[in-house]
Amino acid sequence: MQFSNTKMIMVFAVILASIFFAAPNLIPSSVRAKLPASMSWWKPMNLGLDLRGGSYLLLEVDTSALDKEQLADQEETARTSLREEKVAYRNIRSADDGVYVTLNDAADLTRARAAIAKGAPTMDVTTVGDDRVRIVVPDRVKRERQLGAVSQSLEIVRRRIDEFGTTEPSIQRQGADRIIVELPGVENPERVKELLGQTAKMNFHMLDPMGTASDAKDIPPGTMLLPGSADAALPPGQKYVVRRRVEVSGERLIDSQPGFQDGAPIVNFRFDTAGGRRFGQVTSNNVGQRLAIVLDNAVISAPVLKGPIVGGSGMIEGGFTVEKAKDLALLLRAGALPAPLNFLEERSVGPGLGADSIKAGATAALVGGGLVVVFMIIAYHTFGLFAVFGQIFHMLTLFAFLSVVGGTLTLPGIAGVVLSLGIAVDANVLIYERMREEFQSGRTLMNALTSGFQNAFATIFDSNLTTFIAAAILYFLGTGPVRGFAVTLAVGIATSMFSAVMITRMQVWMWYRAGKRTTLPV
Amino acid sequence: MSIFPQPILRYMPHEFRWDVVGTRFIWYVFTAILIVVSIGSIATRGFNFGIDFAGGVLMEARAEQVVDLSKLRGDLNGLGLGEINITTIGDTGKDVTIRVPEQQGGDQAQNTAVGKIKTQLGEQYQIRRTEVVGPKVGAELIIGGALAVALAVTAIAIYVWFRFEWQFALGACLALCSDVITTLGVFSLFQMNFDLTTVAAVLTIAGYSVNDSIVVYDRVREMLRKYKKMPLPELLNLSVNRVLPRTLLTVFTVFLTVVALLVFGGETLRGFSVAMLWGLFVGTFSSIRVGMPVLLYLDLRRDEFGGPAASSP
Repeated sequence: MQFSNTKMIMVFAVILASIFFAAPNLIPSSVRAKLPASMSWWKPMNLGLDLRGGSYLLLEVDTSALDKEQLADQEETARTSLREEKVAYRNIRSADDGVYVTLNDAADLTRARAAIAKGAPTMDVTTVGDDRVRIVVPDRVKRERQLGAVSQSLEIVRRRIDEFGTTEPSIQRQGADRIIVELPGVENPERVKELLGQTAKMNFHMLDPMGTASDAKDIPPGTMLLPGSADAALPPGQKYVVRRRVEVSGERLIDSQPGFQDGAPIVNFRFDTAGGRRFGQVTSNNVGQRLAIVLDNAVISAPVLKGPIVGGSGMIEGGFTVEKAKDLALLLRAGALPAPLNFLEERSVGPGLGADSIKAGATAALVGGGLVVVFMIIAYHTFGLFAVFGQIFHMLTLFAFLSVVGGTLTLPGIAGVVLSLGIAVDANVLIYERMREEFQSGRTLMNALTSGFQNAFATIFDSNLTTFIAAAILYFLGTGPVRGFAVTLAVGIATSMFSAVMITRMQVWMWYRAGKRTTLPV
Repeated sequence: MSIFPQPILRYMPHEFRWDVVGTRFIWYVFTAILIVVSIGSIATRGFNFGIDFAGGVLMEARAEQVVDLSKLRGDLNGLGLGEINITTIGDTGKDVTIRVPEQQGGDQAQNTAVGKIKTQLGEQYQIRRTEVVGPKVGAELIIGGALAVALAVTAIAIYVWFRFEWQFALGACLALCSDVITTLGVFSLFQMNFDLTTVAAVLTIAGYSVNDSIVVYDRVREMLRKYKKMPLPELLNLSVNRVLPRTLLTVFTVFLTVVALLVFGGETLRGFSVAMLWGLFVGTFSSIRVGMPVLLYLDLRRDEFGGPAASSP
């Protein structure tokens, strides 16, 4: 039962430290903003998006699109290789398991296989039957490309969101092909979703002199039929005959800004040196023809080239709205996504609801805590009061801990705190009931106090640890707000155990020493 | 210390004489009914999965005036998004939640639905919350939730086994399973919204239930060492009655906090609080109802506890 002075000093040190670390939660942010940067570790708890308002988006990089694209690339490469080697073929087509080339003449088989393999060194090129060559993308290559695409997507998403200008966005990779975007303060993520929903692959092609067509059957070889983009003011229903060959790739763009030309919104762009030179060549060779600026497989503008455009910069007049011009410039600046993104999950909470949740949680905590306090004092008198001080200490250390480690408080997290208020006094109850039992069986007071603590401790430890296990599993398997619940529950159990065992014991010891105690007040 | 009245517990009887072992068949029947009804309901009615698991769209909107529910229902159901469920929350009549079932056509289709609803609601409504869960994530969350419950039960059982003898572990585990099953049963029977916070509640109940079993078992173990000659039924009864004051007190304090959450915690925590409330009652007494009598049948060998007597007799 003895509680040494050293221990007492330790307990007070913990109390002071907890007060210090929990304090930022009570200081208004305007005051904290004036603190020097070296004090940034002295911070309040993070509030979850469900309390502060904001949006959570779970995105997935569509790797199946990537695989398809890779097959299309192989088809194109094989075509080029065969043309260079002058091997005649009847047909090239992509199936789910690879690209199949059917030759005119079976005698060319070995030559064709060698030519294709040379053009695509990382692919598995095999012969099928006596006149077909199969190109398979090895799993290793697929995986590498997927990994690369996810990292690149993460970077592009980050750039687009930075450009969009929200405060403290958080963009993290999750699992193999997912990205979590958290945007505090953004209650309506429609705009962000619009920005992230486009791959924004822009390429410069030439429009076929045929211009427009309505049926894909009528178009010349080496061209494709593309619709006009919905973002640009092009004649509706019009489909453009665009040459497949990419004249200048959008990857060569280094800057792009919205602007105005004769009062109409436009997008200015600038190429890097190589891209600028290429663009100059293309425009000089094709004066009088029409360029096709293609964004995500739709034509956004098809201007007639009035003369060579040299100097590496140009502009897109698409009859945009001001907002569309701004978005397009942003997308071009941030770069294209290697694959489309799918939105798997969205959770957004407005600041009003968040504030209401905080209020509701705080009320529940105050009322719940208050009721427990009243009950404990009624039930246990002086010792009940000790339990209440223990509870206050428990809350203090809990909040201090969450502040120091940068834990996030969510609405279910608040529920965890409230619940821990009820569960925490269990330790006190166990100890006190045991003391009462021992005292009634005829022991001296000192003896009863001591064995109350001793006998109850193992039980307290074992019984709390099981709830702790449940909380830990919830933490590892849960997401978002539920995780917040697991954190407060687990930390709450730890701090409440400490407070029941140390704080209560210290107080009981001080009480015992303070006078000639002969009876147990419980 | 005279500012306080006498501790009220002085007047509360501390000597309980509850013959748990003698009346155990009543509890068996009671427990069996609970479990049969629960499993029956889960098997036939299933769960009313919230959007976390079922996927779809959930929106909370606040109108400028009191909402004309039937008109809103008509408007939104005209969008062709399936059966849209609209309920008011709070007491102003201006707050509604709109639940749209999962749309066919994968993850993108859910987003389209959100757009349509927002357009239809227009300027008169302020959207306070939007949750969209696609089919992929919904399926994963179901697996994650089930896995969490299964893992927690296993991990807790292993821990109890490690700290106690296997008979206790089995008893605690049976009590725990009966709590988990009956809590799930209540959610199924009353078709209450079953979402991620429900899983959190179930796990908390699991932890709490075992917490209670351990307290009782600890006492049983101690008694086994102390009264080597006492017949087992008598010993179990004595143990239960010794810890009963503590059990009642703790249930009451947790009950106070859960009621506070239920009344003041707001709409989002309602399901969680209801689950906790139920779990509190079944969980507390399951260790006595189920966990104690089980020990009678499990060949609890007294000599295992004959070793060194308890550190403090």
